[in-house]
Amino acid sequence: MPVAFFRRSATSVAASQPAPARRTANDLKRGETATVCCLKDPQMALKLLEMGCIPGTQVRLAGRAPLGDPLMLVLGDEEYTLSLRVSEAVTIQLKD
Amino acid sequence: MAGATQHVRPVVPQSGAGNVAPTLERLPRLALIGNPNSGKTSLFNQLTGLNQKVGNFPGVTVDRKTGIAQLGGQRRAEVVDLPGTYSLYPKSLDERVIADLLYNPLSPDYPDFVVVTVDASNLRRSLLLFSQLADLGLPAILALNMTDVAAERGIVLDVVTLERELGVPVVPMNARKGVGLAALRIVMADRLAAAPPAGRFWQPDAALRPMLADIRTHFSLPNDYLALHYAHQFRQLHFLGEADRAYLQELTERYEFDSTAQQAAETVARYARINELLLEVVTVTRTERREPASNRIDKVLTHRVFGYAIFLAILFLLFQAIFAWAQYPMEWIDQGISALSAAIQARFHGPLVRLLTEGVIAGLGGVLIFIPQIALLFAFLAVLEETGYMARVTFLMDKLMRPFGLSGKSVVPLISGLACAVPAIMGARTIESWKDRMLTIFVTPLMSCSARIPVYTVLVALVVPDESWLGLFNMRGLVLMGLYLLGLGSALLSALVLKAVLKARERSYFIMEFPVYRWPRWKNVGLTIVEKVKTFVMQAGKVIIAISVLLWVLASYGPGQRQEQAAAQVQQQAAAQGWPAAETERRVASARLETSYAGAFGHVIEPAIRPLGFDWKIGIALLTSFAAREVFVGTMSTIYSVGQDADLGTVQQKLASEKDAQGQPFFTPVRALSLLVFYVFAMQCMSTLAVTYRETKSWRWPLGQLVYMTGLAYAASLLVWQVFK
Repeated sequence: MPVAFFRRSATSVAASQPAPARRTANDLKRGETATVCCLKDPQMALKLLEMGCIPGTQVRLAGRAPLGDPLMLVLGDEEYTLSLRVSEAVTIQLKD
Repeated sequence: MAGATQHVRPVVPQSGAGNVAPTLERLPRLALIGNPNSGKTSLFNQLTGLNQKVGNFPGVTVDRKTGIAQLGGQRRAEVVDLPGTYSLYPKSLDERVIADLLYNPLSPDYPDFVVVTVDASNLRRSLLLFSQLADLGLPAILALNMTDVAAERGIVLDVVTLERELGVPVVPMNARKGVGLAALRIVMADRLAAAPPAGRFWQPDAALRPMLADIRTHFSLPNDYLALHYAHQFRQLHFLGEADRAYLQELTERYEFDSTAQQAAETVARYARINELLLEVVTVTRTERREPASNRIDKVLTHRVFGYAIFLAILFLLFQAIFAWAQYPMEWIDQGISALSAAIQARFHGPLVRLLTEGVIAGLGGVLIFIPQIALLFAFLAVLEETGYMARVTFLMDKLMRPFGLSGKSVVPLISGLACAVPAIMGARTIESWKDRMLTIFVTPLMSCSARIPVYTVLVALVVPDESWLGLFNMRGLVLMGLYLLGLGSALLSALVLKAVLKARERSYFIMEFPVYRWPRWKNVGLTIVEKVKTFVMQAGKVIIAISVLLWVLASYGPGQRQEQAAAQVQQQAAAQGWPAAETERRVASARLETSYAGAFGHVIEPAIRPLGFDWKIGIALLTSFAAREVFVGTMSTIYSVGQDADLGTVQQKLASEKDAQGQPFFTPVRALSLLVFYVFAMQCMSTLAVTYRETKSWRWPLGQLVYMTGLAYAASLLVWQVFK
């Protein structure tokens, strides 16, 4: 579990991003499952974490609103569904 | 664990100090806390029933719901319902009241223990909040709710192990059906006698200890975790003074305390601990991996075609209900109030009786008349929330509303505003984000409500010919539709402007849980209706009655003897001309209104409204229709002495025959259009102002609405009259 990631301060997280862009939850195809790697936006991360979207959790894109945004993510094996905007989903980075 | 027992509060009242009279026994207090959708409201309703009271949390717009619960063994306790939250770190303004209540052991509102509602089908996430509460050293009971959903999903929980691991009583239950409630009452009564704090889950990092020790000493706090929360949240804790905040500011800077990183680390560590614990507690015996029913329903209800079609159908039904069905009970209330007034006037006479009947009772009628619409709207809203459909509405509509700074949840209040802004503004309660809620409340009165219809009908019929355009569309219908679109457009554009002006007070998140679909509990629906109606009558009602009495005085009394002189003059004329009694009565009423304070007001503001094409008579109607827009028609009837009870046709004839100084018809199409446009925009409704005050808990918002909408109306009418006259 990449706990160390969160010990970094907000600024250093933002600064250390020149690496090749990872896939995010917004890049998932409908029905595709992937594992959360890390959360990009520190403030958003706090909200996602407390709602159970922890690095290492599986996420599945259950669908999108008819206008493409927001989207529906199913977390873990508990069939627990979150609805979030694209701007929020792009902060969830996935493992390759 | 050491120290945690220090602040278990005595149940008996402290002698002398404190704001509780020594003779009055202070009821033990418990707080109900849990995740959104964990059945907290159901449990609160089950525990307290109709014994609920809505008050305020200081400093915020959140309602403070309290109730008296009957526990086991004839004990009673006061229950405080706290806003739903996922953690003790507040992410919205609403959630901050939790910190204010739970972080100050010296506060008179500090609970003796907390009851944590937990979703058994989602134990991992639910236990996060519980573990934080336990570490604060609060005695707790775990209400293991929604065991039915868990069972459906094949989740088996070992309650005995859970109880042992958590160190608190665990009561499995189904709050919606009332299962497990009796057991919970007994456990709660037990806790009143002795409430040991829960076990420990997590300790702050050793590196933080020196800072936490300082905070603990300074505020004499019972444990490190509470001290940690002071370090995280001191900027938002209302009970801390300036000096305390400055102290914490200095301290956190000195120790280079990184709130965000610490919070993230804490949450991750807690989940790791919870996962470990749940290995022993949860067994999933799912035989088949069938997609849950909820997801299958979602395929239809959020479908690109059916989703919107179904939502439109529901909106249509809602609109029907508050527009058409509500008319019947509203008429009964109206007739009942009139009958009451008439009965009193038939038996008693004098100025006080007139004040009572025409001022106070009429004002009371003006309050009660809203009850059917409020009840119906909240019946719908409660069902939509209870079933879980509201989250889907937000999902469907969010992208459409976002360009205007509104959220998907603004749709229902805005549409309800077409019937009446009063229940609609109350309905904006469901919007969590402060900024979105304020935007919605602010622009909702611009939607053309049903009280504008009488004004629209009279004036449109007056100047628009009853002909069809291109042989298809009725001209009057087209103009009417134009007025509605003007209202809608101005609401959306105003939101756009306000979005740029208004600074967000918090970071707003859209992210939300999709609750599973369930049948509504009618008890919850009923209690919501009762609560909303009660709140409206008790809180907005006061303002409405006060203003309506004031308006009545202005319209009934005049300066000096002018009213009596004018009335006597008409009587003489009547005697000379031999008018029938009814005609005389109408003309006397008209003369009295003309010479009243309202009449004087009309004359005074005439120079200001002349550029809009209005005269002093319209000026009077503008003042009186501030009570409610439809009063415009009644006032015009009185001024033009057609009698209050005349039908719309008579009023129209009278208005059509009104001539200006040059002998031309006074109500030209442009003048009528200017007046129509004025009524589209103007905030001519004291009830809306009263309810905005009640919902925002500040006069800034209703006054802002009044100034903005009246200004908009003035500018639009000025434009119409000056360009087209």
